[in-house]
Amino acid sequence: MTITEQILQYVLSGLVMGSSYALIALGFTIIYNGTNIINFAQGEFVVIGSLLMVTMTEVYGLPMPLAFIIAVAGTALVAFALQRLAIHPLRNSNAMTLIIVTIGASIVLRGISMFIWGKDAYAMRHFSGEEPIEIFGATILPQSFWVFGITIAAVVLLQLFYRKTLMGKAMLATAVNKTAARLMGINVENVLLISFVVSGALGATAGIIIAPLNLAKYDAGVMLGLKGFCACILGGLGSSGGAIIGGILLGVIEALGAGLISSSYRDAIAFVILLLVLFVRPQGLAPLKEMMMGQEKQ
Amino acid sequence: MKSRLRMLCSLAIITGLAMAAGLLAGCSQAKKEKVEEVKEPYKIGAIFAVTGRAAPLGEPEKETAEMLVAQINEAGGINGHKLELIVEDDEGDETKSLMAAKKLIEKDQVLAVVGTTTSGTTLAIMKTFEEAQTPLISCAASVKIVEPVNPWVFKTPQSDRDAVLKILDYLEAQGINKIAFINDSNAYGVSGKIEVEALAPQRGIEIVAKETFGGEDTDMTPQLTRIKGTKAQAVICWGTNPGPAIVARNMKQLKMSIPLIQSHGVANAKFIELAGDAAEGVLLPSGRLIVAEQLPDGHPQKQMLVDYKTAYTGKYNKPVSTFGGHAYDAIKILAGALERGGADKAKIRDEIENTKNFVGTAGVFNYSPEDHYGLDVSAFSMVGIKGGQWQLVSE
Repeated sequence: MTITEQILQYVLSGLVMGSSYALIALGFTIIYNGTNIINFAQGEFVVIGSLLMVTMTEVYGLPMPLAFIIAVAGTALVAFALQRLAIHPLRNSNAMTLIIVTIGASIVLRGISMFIWGKDAYAMRHFSGEEPIEIFGATILPQSFWVFGITIAAVVLLQLFYRKTLMGKAMLATAVNKTAARLMGINVENVLLISFVVSGALGATAGIIIAPLNLAKYDAGVMLGLKGFCACILGGLGSSGGAIIGGILLGVIEALGAGLISSSYRDAIAFVILLLVLFVRPQGLAPLKEMMMGQEKQ
Repeated sequence: MKSRLRMLCSLAIITGLAMAAGLLAGCSQAKKEKVEEVKEPYKIGAIFAVTGRAAPLGEPEKETAEMLVAQINEAGGINGHKLELIVEDDEGDETKSLMAAKKLIEKDQVLAVVGTTTSGTTLAIMKTFEEAQTPLISCAASVKIVEPVNPWVFKTPQSDRDAVLKILDYLEAQGINKIAFINDSNAYGVSGKIEVEALAPQRGIEIVAKETFGGEDTDMTPQLTRIKGTKAQAVICWGTNPGPAIVARNMKQLKMSIPLIQSHGVANAKFIELAGDAAEGVLLPSGRLIVAEQLPDGHPQKQMLVDYKTAYTGKYNKPVSTFGGHAYDAIKILAGALERGGADKAKIRDEIENTKNFVGTAGVFNYSPEDHYGLDVSAFSMVGIKGGQWQLVSE
């Protein structure tokens, strides 16, 4: 393999991981915009989605599309319950309290997953074929195209939801100014609930599309959640465009770093980036909220 | 608001207490299994990680130990003395292990202890056993348990070094002299790396690439891409599930055709399940338990391995694991020492050390005052995976 082929391989691997980081980061962003809290249980949504998918396909033998819908809906339900049971009763507390509640919730969800699915990892079938495809000396699995395709579809759907539906517009309005939104007659409570449901669904989607490549394991959410959070900071907290760019960039940098520098530092790279961004450019790559809001003003 | 918080807190505390009570109930139940007998029973202790991270290892160990003790008692015990086994769960945690060790030695006054499951916990409690002059037969693999020799501590699992030697023998036979090494960054993976780095050059085998992956890493293509860019003729991977399964999958994805040799850390059915088609053709050094039926009829281990397999599967309705085998060896060695030494801790220790040509699941044991490990490279066979099944490649 020549060095260019190797770099191409790193970039392809990075794009795949980056797509899942992007979806996770998007989940963080939606909840942050609605409630000003960082939901550290986001990684658990990813895990629950992937484990539900494994159960639906491997145990109950359901066809992929049906299993996909059930797994996403199931995780959205978990997110719904989390908001109702843990966040909603404390809605008048400050953001810090709520963030700590999400950390607690993540530990509880991880424990429950461990009880249900056990400590072993699970393998999942690829959506279609497992024969690697060669591109200029680098190889890529058909599943990777599913990852790209579904990520793009999720992002497009989310934008349509924001722009074309009343609920989406209400969510944007709440993100800009909660009090003003409430004065305009928007049911802010509902908006907050929906933002948890949507971000649960996005997390599950990330988990499901990546599971055939990565295996599904009850405790994988910690690292994935942290990476998604890094991507958020990198892209600029609160910006959905930034979350996507941040996620993909993080995936690619991580893969290049692991390949070209040393694989021992792979996880360190993500966190060094996090620290650097916080020190040098705390607003991230995209100025806060500008990208998403800017599009809306037109 | 506050009352709700308080309610949540009290709920959490109640749940916690309930779980603790459940655990205690489980423990006391285990202790109630006393048997009526004439002669005083021999009390022995066991510390396994029955729950917690290492539970997949500790559970079969506990089950095997209980099964063997029941078998021995059914056959009339040891010289007429029934065995009384007290099992403690350390959850793979050093502090809990130490507490369990103290309890067994001081409160229960056991003659000897079998366990622990993980190397870290054994290393944490070794000194206690030396001070209390009580024999300990560990089911953990680290070479540090027996080097330097602690007079009161023995171990039954094969050492990483012998697994490395077995692989190097195989590579030599295949004429391979350039290898790539990739390891898990946990203690097991690093131990393998240290052994390979020390032993490979002695055999004229060059390590052309060294890579690592974290236990939670989910994509090893960058590391393998690097290896693909070298002249390596084989990849050696040292780790515990699920990482090595991802390495196998990623190698297939990158269309790498050089052989993949895994370590004995993945000699379990889970690896084949996780790696799927990518497990095909993977080689690894392993104890003979997983290929017992394929051994030639005259092989000294064949009969006992098949018997253990049948008994365990019959009783617990699940496949045997190498880890249960480590407990099998430990209990059998201890039973032999009790038979020859009687209820005297110092004599039991001497008799464990005098164990010669004991055929166990891990190999043929020969302990001596200088060697509390008792096995050598002959404990391993090269095993391959074909059609999703283990295949004996070379004895």
